Amino acid sequence: MLGSFDYVLWTVGWLLELSVVVCSVYRGAFLKYLALNLYMTASLTAGVARLYVLIHYGFTSPQYFYFYYYSDALLTIGLFFALISLYSRVLEEMKAERLVRLGSILLLAGTAWFSYGIVQQSAHRLLTHFVVELSQNLYFVGLILTYLLWGTIMKLRETRTRLIQLVLSLGVYFSGFAAIYALRNLYPPLHTLLGHLPQFLACLLPLAWAYAFWRLPESARLAPARLAAVPR
Amino acid sequence: MIAAIIFVVSIVTFLQFFTSYCRSLIAASAKQPLSAETRDVTGIADRVAARSEDYHRIMQLLQLCPERPHDRGEIRAVHAYFRLLRTFRLTIGRLAPSLQPWTETQGARCAYFAAVALDRRIAFSRDIVASQINLTY
Repeated sequence: MLGSFDYVLWTVGWLLELSVVVCSVYRGAFLKYLALNLYMTASLTAGVARLYVLIHYGFTSPQYFYFYYYSDALLTIGLFFALISLYSRVLEEMKAERLVRLGSILLLAGTAWFSYGIVQQSAHRLLTHFVVELSQNLYFVGLILTYLLWGTIMKLRETRTRLIQLVLSLGVYFSGFAAIYALRNLYPPLHTLLGHLPQFLACLLPLAWAYAFWRLPESARLAPARLAAVPR
Repeated sequence: MIAAIIFVVSIVTFLQFFTSYCRSLIAASAKQPLSAETRDVTGIADRVAARSEDYHRIMQLLQLCPERPHDRGEIRAVHAYFRLLRTFRLTIGRLAPSLQPWTETQGARCAYFAAVALDRRIAFSRDIVASQINLTY
């Protein structure tokens, strides 16, 4: 059963997602970062649809369970496309967009196939296990792709502050969720012990993106060497 | 086994991304000079003069000023980064003393960030007082 704090976090998440779109429209960056804004709109819509399913079928119903995890998997795929758009922006001078797109689609198909292959070995819990396995793998592939993009930013000495912050916050989001899902896969009873952590983490991405659109002008520049976690 | 590998890799990259994100927030403040008032209050003349030990003192001063809604998120993120650095210094830093100067530099940057935030809050408080005086008269 969801408590009042869950609903508060839910509402905060929606407001933050909405604020990303509003801030980017206000700052004239909506079309420039179209895929990111479409993802936020889709996430907002999925949130409303989840509430509808929750009210009609209940928190413990299979309908809500499947709707939650499959919409989550679809949203993660949507976030992949947002990430690919960031790749395109970083690599725009190298004209490598087609290659990036092809590579990412192959990677996505490979992830789904790999997850299905693992779960097929334990066919008795196929559907329930598949969604958690798929989510964990999708977030992990997202993390690898973001890490590669971060490496490219460092290598190409990309200086656009807004772009850098969008990528870094995406990295925090993907790695956080990949860790949570992996932990749940390792110890399923931890699901209840993790409490509000996933919801809280889900609020951080729209918060960081809204901040990047609102506070950082497109012209802001930063030396990426200053940001390396390992001293250079 | 795969889940365990994913968990470990995710935690390591999470820390790396979080560290870099906080540093990107701090980097923006590094270019800003401090006003004379803030220099007097904090005892920090410029970015080079900031030290890691100053951080808590400046944070206490920061809490005395009225909050600016715009910088709340930034300050929380940098505070979490500073705590992470302190944990790092007390654990891994003891095993590898060569990392101590790096944690000290990062702590000093956090202290300068806090001083810049204090500077902004002092200006904000001054604006509030000025607007109230205008309303009264």
